[in-house]
Amino acid sequence: MTPVLTFRRSRTSKFVDRLMRGVLWGLAILFVLVLVVFVGAILKQGWPVLNLGFLTKMPETLDAGGGIKPQIFNSLYLVVLSLGLSLPVGLGAGVYMAEYAGKGRMLNFLRLCIETLAATPSIVLALFGMIVFVQAMGWSFSIRSGALTLALLNIPVITRVTEVSLLAVPRELKEASYGLGATKLQTILKVTLPYAATGILTGLVLTAGRAFGESAILVFTAGTNASAHFPDFRLTVPGETLSVHLWYVTSDGTLPDAREIAAGTAAVVILVLLTLNLLVRLVDRAIRRRTRSGLFST
Amino acid sequence: MLTPTLPETKPIKLSVRNMAFSYGTKKVLDGLSMDIHAERVTAIIGPSGCGKSTFLKCFNRIHEVSSTVNVSGDMLIDGVDIYRGGIDEVDLRRRVGMVFQKPNPFPKSIYENVAFGPRLFGVTDRSSLDGIVEDALRKAALWDEVKDRLKESATGMSGGQQQRLCIARALAVNPEVLLMDEPCSALDPIATAKIEDLITDLKENLTIVIVTHNMQQAARVSDYTAFFWLGRLVEMDLTERIFTTPRVQMTEDYITGRFG
Repeated sequence: MTPVLTFRRSRTSKFVDRLMRGVLWGLAILFVLVLVVFVGAILKQGWPVLNLGFLTKMPETLDAGGGIKPQIFNSLYLVVLSLGLSLPVGLGAGVYMAEYAGKGRMLNFLRLCIETLAATPSIVLALFGMIVFVQAMGWSFSIRSGALTLALLNIPVITRVTEVSLLAVPRELKEASYGLGATKLQTILKVTLPYAATGILTGLVLTAGRAFGESAILVFTAGTNASAHFPDFRLTVPGETLSVHLWYVTSDGTLPDAREIAAGTAAVVILVLLTLNLLVRLVDRAIRRRTRSGLFST
Repeated sequence: MLTPTLPETKPIKLSVRNMAFSYGTKKVLDGLSMDIHAERVTAIIGPSGCGKSTFLKCFNRIHEVSSTVNVSGDMLIDGVDIYRGGIDEVDLRRRVGMVFQKPNPFPKSIYENVAFGPRLFGVTDRSSLDGIVEDALRKAALWDEVKDRLKESATGMSGGQQQRLCIARALAVNPEVLLMDEPCSALDPIATAKIEDLITDLKENLTIVIVTHNMQQAARVSDYTAFFWLGRLVEMDLTERIFTTPRVQMTEDYITGRFG
């Protein structure tokens, strides 16, 4: 007679399964809590300061009641300039690595370089930028020194995001394109890049957020002074950003309302970053809904 | 090498002589020779891993996209060598279309999927494109089902419709040969029947080579059948003969399900 096998799950495996679920939930909630407390504290302190006057007035140097209008402009201007510089380079390098560089030593070496650059502490880039652009080139503390150094921070991230997004494109789609007689460039432009666009766009916004909040690099390259003209599009003038302003007013100590200014500035930075991230979500969802598969193409 | 013996009125479209194929040091196909006639359907059967899909892909050099391969011997299209005859592989792929195992429509609208190929070759004028799209969809027996929703996303269609769309997309660049790599393996029987009917209609002015795991399908749709085993061609003949009186014992064993 054949023995009757009963497949009974052990009690522990069920228990461990539930336990793990609980632990992971707990970690997720903890993380959200930390974020809420952190953002909450910043907004709570900054909220009373936030009003139209604060956002639209020029800063004061000795008296209370100054605004942050030029710093808001400089932050946005530097983000746009640095992305404008780093996007073509990063996108091109990413496309090269994903589509053109054959597998092998060369590609691994390139990847190592990019990752090293990505892992370089921003203070190192800051000092590099100061030595090269501010001193050697003689550009002093200026928007152009800041934008170029900031671009060095962005390039490795954009490159990597582009490469990863392109590598995630299903081979079947590329084959379909080649199978119709498309050239490599046609396939990249019409199939691969549009498919990868959501991923690249997401990476781009995250990069923008990082550049927006960056301080070390800009203290040493764009300086701690804002132009007295508004809006000042010149690339040769110093361009203090929000994050730099936040650090400068609290460490300099000549302003009677430095604490309030700093709190308000921090709140503006956080709000802009939250808006940016929300924007990515919305764009991504809209694309997903339109194409049923989260792709950037009609 | 055993070749079909019935008098054939259609010209030879594709011709293979002593062809071998390898990835690096691994030999996948060896000593292959066969003739494929225009306006006929040629089925390639054989157990998994026998190299039949690889062989199919050699006809439009699509494997070169993702890996370095080595093809020796001769593979001719209209008497010109596909690999050494000075044919540009991009132009070759326009002439030798392909339908893949898994339907792979672009995540674009139905219209844009079919218009993709013509656009590559510079057709931009709206009315020409409209005409090409309608014609290709009609040939693929899909027009009536989709004519009112050409702007909708192709990824929302059923699997069978997606595969017919892929056929329409391939037809839109007016190929001379259509390679089909197990085109029905992901489809249900009804969708499969539609594709099989379509194959029979399409062969009127196309050369079709189809790889299939389904013996009944080979018997239903093809004029010639080639049986592959371990990277070699065991036997090729009129389908009717392969399925009734094969000359090689191994072929009979395979089609009767004794191995494979």
